[in-house]
Amino acid sequence: MITGAEALVRSLIAEGVDLVFGYPGGAIMPVYDKLYDYTSQLRHILVRHEQGAIHAAEGYARITNRPGVVIVTSGPGVANVITGLSDAMMDSTPVVVISGQVNSKFLGSDAFQETDVVGITQPITKWALQVRRAADIPAAVARAFYIASTGRPGPVVLDIAKDAQTGELEWKHEKLRFIRSYNPRPKISPADIVHAAHIINAAQRPMILAGHGVMISGAEKELLALAQKADIPVATTLLGLSTIPSDHPLNKGMLGMHGNIGPNFQTNKADVILAVGMRFDDRVTCDIDRYAPNATIIHIDIDSSEFNRNVRVDATIHGDARDALLALTPLIEPAKHTKWNEQFDRCNQVERDTVMRAELRHDGKITMGEVAASLAEATNNQAVLVTDVGQNQMMGARYFRYTMPRSIITSGGSGTMGFGLPAAIGAKMGAPERTVVYFGGDGGFQMTIEELGTIMQYGTAVKMVVLDNSYLGNVRQWQELFFNGRYSQTPLLNPDFVAVAKAYGIPGERVEERAFLPAAISRMLSHDGPYLLVVAIEEMDNVFPMIPIGASVEEILLNKTEKFTYPED
Amino acid sequence: MPAQQLFTLTVYSEHCVGLLNQVSIIFTRRCLNIEDVSASRTTIEGIHRLTITVWSDRETMEKVVKQIEKRIDVLKAFLYTDDDIIYQEIALYKVDTAALLREQYLESLIRHHGARILDITPEFTVLEKAGQPWETEALLEQLKPYGVRQFVRSGRVCVTKSPVEKLNMYLEEQMLRQQATFLNPESNV
Ligand SMILES: Cc1ncc(C[n+]2csc(CCOP(=O)(O)OP(=O)(O)O)c2C)c(N)n1
Ligand SMILES: [Mg+2]
Repeated sequence: MITGAEALVRSLIAEGVDLVFGYPGGAIMPVYDKLYDYTSQLRHILVRHEQGAIHAAEGYARITNRPGVVIVTSGPGVANVITGLSDAMMDSTPVVVISGQVNSKFLGSDAFQETDVVGITQPITKWALQVRRAADIPAAVARAFYIASTGRPGPVVLDIAKDAQTGELEWKHEKLRFIRSYNPRPKISPADIVHAAHIINAAQRPMILAGHGVMISGAEKELLALAQKADIPVATTLLGLSTIPSDHPLNKGMLGMHGNIGPNFQTNKADVILAVGMRFDDRVTCDIDRYAPNATIIHIDIDSSEFNRNVRVDATIHGDARDALLALTPLIEPAKHTKWNEQFDRCNQVERDTVMRAELRHDGKITMGEVAASLAEATNNQAVLVTDVGQNQMMGARYFRYTMPRSIITSGGSGTMGFGLPAAIGAKMGAPERTVVYFGGDGGFQMTIEELGTIMQYGTAVKMVVLDNSYLGNVRQWQELFFNGRYSQTPLLNPDFVAVAKAYGIPGERVEERAFLPAAISRMLSHDGPYLLVVAIEEMDNVFPMIPIGASVEEILLNKTEKFTYPED
Repeated sequence: MPAQQLFTLTVYSEHCVGLLNQVSIIFTRRCLNIEDVSASRTTIEGIHRLTITVWSDRETMEKVVKQIEKRIDVLKAFLYTDDDIIYQEIALYKVDTAALLREQYLESLIRHHGARILDITPEFTVLEKAGQPWETEALLEQLKPYGVRQFVRSGRVCVTKSPVEKLNMYLEEQMLRQQATFLNPESNV
């Protein structure tokens, strides 16, 4: 017989976990006591705030494609992971959160640090369970991992009462492979495949929208094979970035409010849209009533509740993206869409000549786009970009370049400020061999800045780039464009970030002038360990192109006054 | 606003703590007001059924059903309008016995409404009537003059008019899927 706490640790190991992020407290102490005995098999990373633990677990999961694991105490401990749970739910990120709970005999009594974890987390998790008996722990862990990592991944919570941790059981762990009420890998309907192929083969102006699902199912090669076979231009969502290399001729760029002109503008010209593992988020569709009016839309998704949820689609393929593409491609007839492809390139050329040229100008203060482009260049387009939220996120995503999958980690559906720094820690721990660059704003950096302590303690070699525009830039941009320049509560008085890092023993420097940027970047990259680079950024810089709220994907602003028009001959 | 109508949902699930909450939060998010809800065991061991009625439009309800089915512990949810089902509710009426006995046409009133008497004490009498809401309400109106102390309704229960038992089909499919999972170690992982 062993205790429930030990059973939990052993079951985690049996599920292949070797790294957990967490923070101890009263209701989870039996587990921490057992972790002490298993340090060689299960490494625990002590974060500085539970929000840091869950974002780190998300970063870890996004780069490894395996669930990130979080251990926290009851009450305030688990309350601090709520932001991360809803973030992981939105971005289909597998995370297993284990929280301590008061002794089962006190449940419902407002005992010290009791909180209704299952009740709070049910709306923002894929699954949540309270465990009240030691004997139930192994099966609960197996179920948690099975649910988190299969189908459309997502966060799960196991809330384990203290007496279940101290109670005893005969431990035996068996991985779960079947739940009758849950089919994570639906069989693809051959009729749906034939129907979809038929539509694609008849298309004159087809286009592929690649989302996060492509990466989750590991379908990057299959997607490219289909695209190349029929010469179909590919657009990606923010979370779909790096599913196709930036320099591939069929990669036409990113969709959405601050996406590239080609894919946005051409959406409304397309006659067939093949959407793979994406969910037609409103940031992508813009005005939904004027979205893709000419297109027959085929939607591939593992989550059938996404079909017709935001956009009416004409055909669906319910299943894993890779399974679907493998079945579909043999039925696709080779085709050439040279002219159609050129139209995307033309739009994007306008973007390069106007928006990008302005962003990458060589006078005045440094811009975020420049920093992102320099970082990409200095890392041979091989690094992992972990962004925070705001202008930094959009600029990073737009100006960074990607050569291999899983090269961007960003908070998409939730847009959670403070996500970046801990997510970068988790990403670096999940992929120590890769260069991980954190790219965040002066606002968001301060939301989880305490994780510098984690970086210090574990020597995590995250390359941190903080873009100091002394504003909550993204909000300031909206105030400039839509609220008559009334900068209500967006200017920031910042500390000396380099000195803050120094206090944590992390070297760093601040760059104010363009001429010093490349050398500073290479100092950061060649330094063996974490490094902070603070870049003073043009305060009034805005992210363009922009599709304002209420506009259609064709109504694209190139700057504050100018609208995009298609360059006819 | 799209055309509103009364929908009946039946939700089949595992019998586990918090299931009703998982379902009801999906209504909460969309600000849908549940008209009535009833929960019970089914003939299949371990499977529970919720019957929920709600005023809404079809498009919304189709999305709601899919989101309910997406919950891990939910087996299957079905969406019906009144044409698809035979439905009934039960109402109980607790009425002053003395007042009731003064009624000259008590017998015909009970006969007319197909009601039953469940209990009589010197103080009160409990009547029961099964029917559709307008029928149970009609009896309520007639009893009001005698002092209705309590009136409760069960919420709707229903069976489908369809000759096909979709839940059974679903369970059979899952059994086959289970067999396939364990025959082929690679599937479903
Ligand atoms: C937790 C959280 N609070 C508020 C917001 C709203 N918000 C979005 S972007 C932004 C400004 C971000 O400022 P900063 O981190 O300095 O980045 P910048 O836009 O200047 O690059 C704010 C406040 C958010 N996304 N997340
Ligand atoms: Mg800022």
